[in-house]
Amino acid sequence: MKARAEKLAQRILLVIALSAISSLILIALFIFKEGTPIMVKMGLRRFLFSSEWEPQAGLFGIYPMIVASLWVTLGAMLIGAPLGIAGAIFLNEFVPKTVLRIVKPAIELLAGIPSVVYGFIGVMVLAPLIRNHLGGPGLSILAAAVILGVMILPTVISISTDAIGAVPNSYREGALALGATRWQAVHMVILKAARSGIIASIILAMGRAIGETMAVIMVAGNTVKLPHSVLNSARTLTATIAFEMASATGRHREALFAIGVVLFVIIMLLNSFATVILRGRTTRA
Amino acid sequence: MQKSTVGMKTLTLKRLALVGCAAAVALCGCSRQSASITLAGSTAFQPFAEKLAEQYMAAHPDIGITVQGGGSAVGIQSALSGAAQIGMADLLELPAEAQALTSVVVARDGIALVVHPANPVTNLALAQARAIFSGTLRNWKDVGGADQPITVVSREAGSGTRASFEKLIGVVKLSPDALVQDSSGTIRETVINDQRAVGYLSHGLVNDKLKMLQVDDQECSTDKVIAGTYSLVRPIFLLTKGAPEGLAKAFIGYILSTNGQQCIQRNGLIPAQ
Amino acid sequence: MRLVSPKWTQRIAVGVLGAATLATLLILLFIIVFVLEKGLRTICWNFLFTDPQDMGRAGGIFPTLIGTLLLPLLALAVALPLGVGTAVYLTEYTREGRLTRIIRFGTDCLAGIPSIIFGLFGFIFFVTILKMGWCLLAGGLTLAIMILPTIIRTTEEAIRAVPYSYREVSFSLGATRWATVVKVVLPNALPGIVTGVMLSIGRCIGETAAVIFTAGQALHLPHSVFDSVRTMSVHFYILAREGISAKNAYGTAAVLIISILLLNVTTYWLMHRFIGRRT
Repeated sequence: MKARAEKLAQRILLVIALSAISSLILIALFIFKEGTPIMVKMGLRRFLFSSEWEPQAGLFGIYPMIVASLWVTLGAMLIGAPLGIAGAIFLNEFVPKTVLRIVKPAIELLAGIPSVVYGFIGVMVLAPLIRNHLGGPGLSILAAAVILGVMILPTVISISTDAIGAVPNSYREGALALGATRWQAVHMVILKAARSGIIASIILAMGRAIGETMAVIMVAGNTVKLPHSVLNSARTLTATIAFEMASATGRHREALFAIGVVLFVIIMLLNSFATVILRGRTTRA
Repeated sequence: MQKSTVGMKTLTLKRLALVGCAAAVALCGCSRQSASITLAGSTAFQPFAEKLAEQYMAAHPDIGITVQGGGSAVGIQSALSGAAQIGMADLLELPAEAQALTSVVVARDGIALVVHPANPVTNLALAQARAIFSGTLRNWKDVGGADQPITVVSREAGSGTRASFEKLIGVVKLSPDALVQDSSGTIRETVINDQRAVGYLSHGLVNDKLKMLQVDDQECSTDKVIAGTYSLVRPIFLLTKGAPEGLAKAFIGYILSTNGQQCIQRNGLIPAQ
Repeated sequence: MRLVSPKWTQRIAVGVLGAATLATLLILLFIIVFVLEKGLRTICWNFLFTDPQDMGRAGGIFPTLIGTLLLPLLALAVALPLGVGTAVYLTEYTREGRLTRIIRFGTDCLAGIPSIIFGLFGFIFFVTILKMGWCLLAGGLTLAIMILPTIIRTTEEAIRAVPYSYREVSFSLGATRWATVVKVVLPNALPGIVTGVMLSIGRCIGETAAVIFTAGQALHLPHSVFDSVRTMSVHFYILAREGISAKNAYGTAAVLIISILLLNVTTYWLMHRFIGRRT
């Protein structure tokens, strides 16, 4: 009797355990089913690398959006990653542990602030600054990159801090005993040991930056045109989906799903990459 | 000691589960409102629909009316798919797929060209507006303003206001440098925040932080629209699948009633007749 | 021959790193102060507990407060059993192998999917194909999928942290695996599960893209799960972006930030209470 109940529990749990993966498959199926036909019809190359996006005229080239997403994401990484990693190193190695214990939750708190709030501050504070001092319409790639850079700070700091904190103390002590300064110990020993965790934090943050929608819609200006400078306004992949999803029909809708496919593939690649790097660390440790 | 805490924790766990179930039951158990409908579509008409719905619900407290934006294309789509009982569209002419729907014009609406109040320009010829929005005229000094670039602000593809506006002023292809925003309110906010910007939106949604431009020396006002001298005008359609029934019929009836039309006019739209 | 002595490199490094950290903290502080400074004055009893009027231009935010409460609750009602069940299966009922690797990889991928994709999926699947319309249920289910990975991950970690000896004692007393899980493992993993729940609630509260496309934006109290709701984040987005009322937008943002603050503080308090009691 008991054994039977156990068996039943195990079966039910197995079904439950498949819920996450089946949701993923369901989402993937839907998006691919709706999105791939137009890519095949148009030809993948024309879809990805032509610059004309005019749904009304039946032209669907997403190259400007891919470029916009890349610029915005790279810009965000250039701002967020160095700041975040510097913060993680400083908090772990150069201040008392109590400071870390207070500051880290405070920074993680900021991951919880809705992205629309960041976006609004971008519109009210950052865009006018850019418009008045650097030129252009203000709502621009630069504004989006800065806002996203700030938004990914908690992700970078939180994961990098964990990675640096996981480096055994003996490494530090060894380096210091050999007469190294704290900084030498950090950049010669600790950063090398924590490297994979730090890289993973950057990759995950990158995923977050590419995927962010609302904040980008608010500050990027949404012009569908190949950007020439960071002061240009541009529209990212995610923004295009959000803008046109509700009203699109027929081929236009297929094209939006196809953008979903592109995003999906990018995120999958990034995640697999991060998983491999992190797993490499755990097997080595 | 260990045992008792474990016991307590199990209890908390069970209690949590119970609360969750109770909440779920309460949510599902609660009956649907006696009647409710959804309107979706045109963001130009959305604020007016919300106001009308608010008034209607005040008179009929047991009725729920939900108003959803999304743009005119959403209005047509959601009326066709049944996601909304009433679609709202502000197009000059309805597209082919909307022919299957029953449509009624509930108001007319002037499209105003708007700039920042600090902008010295007060009037644009239709041809100048066309050149600006097509991207061929790019500096304010060419139309009598300061020497600074023009930031064109437009609605997204799929917007009824954009489709009507482009047709009315004769823009074939929007300037590729135009900023794109997805609602009338956002256009307004973008222009309010940028001295170089020019945008367009429903006459009824212009507020005192914006300056309306005259078009061909005609100002955008209710009188001029009714008189037919202001040229940028489009109708606002409500769409239903088949003839409107029940609550949808009652609400459309209310909008077309004297009360409803007065409310529309008070808020800056032009009555249907 | 070195140009700069190690001692000086050390000083410069500390200076640069310290400045970067300070800059980070100042930016983040600025955001919170900016919102609270503009929004705190708006918050009062009436703002929180009356209905909005004139599309949110006047009146309060009560329905959005309720929407913000119900939506995560519904999402959790679905995701919590699934997430905890998955974690229990992964840790207690199976050996590491291909299946667990696949499940973990799937969970990680799900965690990385942008919320707009969840919105796209929810809109097409729940709203359109299952004909739910924009409603609490469609929004709750979409968010449930979104937070599932968080719940699985945190619960799994918490379960792993329960010492094996606890289980051995339970088994030796003749308890079945299931009884051990329910009576020993899960209660001891509760703080971790609570953390996961809190994180998930935070994510739901802050979400806009996925919510707007699935739960809609109706500005009145929902009467059933089939009614559309508007959460505070969506309300803030609409108020701010459409320029309906800057004052009420800042007020809503301030309420949001304070809620998230409270949520975090509660989480830490709970965790410390539980951890304190265990040791």
